[in-house]
Amino acid sequence: MDSDAVEIEHLTHVFRARKHAPHIAVDDLSLTVAHGECFGLLGPNGAGKTTTIRLINTLLPVQTGSVRVFGHDVAHHPMAVRALMGYVPQQLSIESALTGRENVEWFARLFDIPRRERRARVDAVLEMMQLTESADRLASTYSGGMVRRLELAQALVNRPALLVLDEPTVGLDPVARDSVWGHVRQMREEFGMTVLLTTHYMEEADMLCDRIAMMNRGRLSALGSPDDLKRAVGPRATLEDVFRHYAGADLNDDSEGGLASVRQGRRTAGRLG
Amino acid sequence: MSVKAAVPPDVWVSRGPLATIRVTFSRIITFCLVELQKLSHDRTELFTRAIQPILWLGIFGTTFSRVRAIPTGDVSYLAFMSPGVIAQSGMFVAIFYGIQIIWERDAGILAKLLVTPTPRVALAAGKAFAAGIRSVAIALVVIAFALIIRVDLTLNPLKWLAACGVVMLGSAFFCCLSLCIAGLVLHRDRLMGIGQAITMPLFFASNALYPIEMMPSWVQVLARVNPMSYEVSMLRGLLLGQPTNYLADLTVLIVAGVVGIAVASYLMGRLSR
Repeated sequence: MDSDAVEIEHLTHVFRARKHAPHIAVDDLSLTVAHGECFGLLGPNGAGKTTTIRLINTLLPVQTGSVRVFGHDVAHHPMAVRALMGYVPQQLSIESALTGRENVEWFARLFDIPRRERRARVDAVLEMMQLTESADRLASTYSGGMVRRLELAQALVNRPALLVLDEPTVGLDPVARDSVWGHVRQMREEFGMTVLLTTHYMEEADMLCDRIAMMNRGRLSALGSPDDLKRAVGPRATLEDVFRHYAGADLNDDSEGGLASVRQGRRTAGRLG
Repeated sequence: MSVKAAVPPDVWVSRGPLATIRVTFSRIITFCLVELQKLSHDRTELFTRAIQPILWLGIFGTTFSRVRAIPTGDVSYLAFMSPGVIAQSGMFVAIFYGIQIIWERDAGILAKLLVTPTPRVALAAGKAFAAGIRSVAIALVVIAFALIIRVDLTLNPLKWLAACGVVMLGSAFFCCLSLCIAGLVLHRDRLMGIGQAITMPLFFASNALYPIEMMPSWVQVLARVNPMSYEVSMLRGLLLGQPTNYLADLTVLIVAGVVGIAVASYLMGRLSR
């Protein structure tokens, strides 16, 4: 395949609501994500990271500009894009009334994995996520780290070419976070998949990402490898310094970083204990 | 690191209407299976949801059977109202599926479902028939209770099977109605208020408790456009052998279900934004 994994050109997205001024969540964004790359979208609350993710994964309609995933235009071929994608949202998104295995089987069916392969695929991802022993327990009995691993198993069961992770370790304790990072690395090594993630943890971005896009107020502020970005800010700069440099003291109060988003994040953190 | 990125499956690139229909049926089966799995893990809801219809039959029905105030032809009032209470129990289950989808939206489950290669019409249909499965399970509990209190229902298993199909169709419509309201109001609290406001009028403005001919003329108009009346008529025909126009009843239920699924799938996009 010649095309990049993700190609975004002049993408702009405006939220319009009655009684409110239009809000430009993504403003003329252009970037590419290469095959097999782990690409991080960083920025303060309301920077436009989640809106960008939701435009890439077809949850939002593309208004202006274009987004192509493995050469497929998301506006014209959303089904082709979805068939190639695994997605882990920020919230805890498992069905707690099902067992771990049933949760994964559910998504195996939704991705039309043939019946003859389904069982083996489900077993394989559960084993990869070290959930085989607890696979037949109700997901409501899982710890926060296990829930995240189960979500990764759901997202991987279709062997996606692009894995999209929206704040994958929010609310996790350091041990569970290490475990998720380890699994993301393992997945990339085994499947060579492209990973696109958003995070607020600079350490996470530094460890996992080949390249990082810093976003602020819907615009691309900086793009490069973690080392390049750090060098550009100063000789002993950390990624946190890079973040502060590009985000400044800029606290947005737009929809993405608003009350609903904070509440959602806290709810997830709370449920993860 | 290897770069063996998955090849986009061509089957998803250009999908015709036949493929959409096939996927829709596949998703309906998947969502019904998931609902059955949930029910198998926790059967308490079956019984708690059955309490209200059992009280309708056990208290309201037996009392009004003695009063003999409502003309019901050659069947007892208890038998006359039993199909109405079965339909009502299904409607009450289905109408709160809108709350469930808002919960799924808040928990990130809906976003994950919408990022699978599932057309929105298939997602709405899957949800609708999953509600139907739960309604049928509760309807069977109510039918069992009706037989215990010696209501003269048919014992023909084929007619029971057909009655389950009718409950499923009716519940699918009410689930879609609820999904439509969810797509409009977007908040659980508002939907709970609206759900409570519409369930009793839908029940009372139907032939569930008394013949349409007894109602004031303006309520008769409501009852004749209320799909619940057609569901109850079919159930009375199947379970009590009362005369009804099966073709007209079935047509109304199918058309209502199809329109409900179409509108719900259109409005579902609002829930993903």
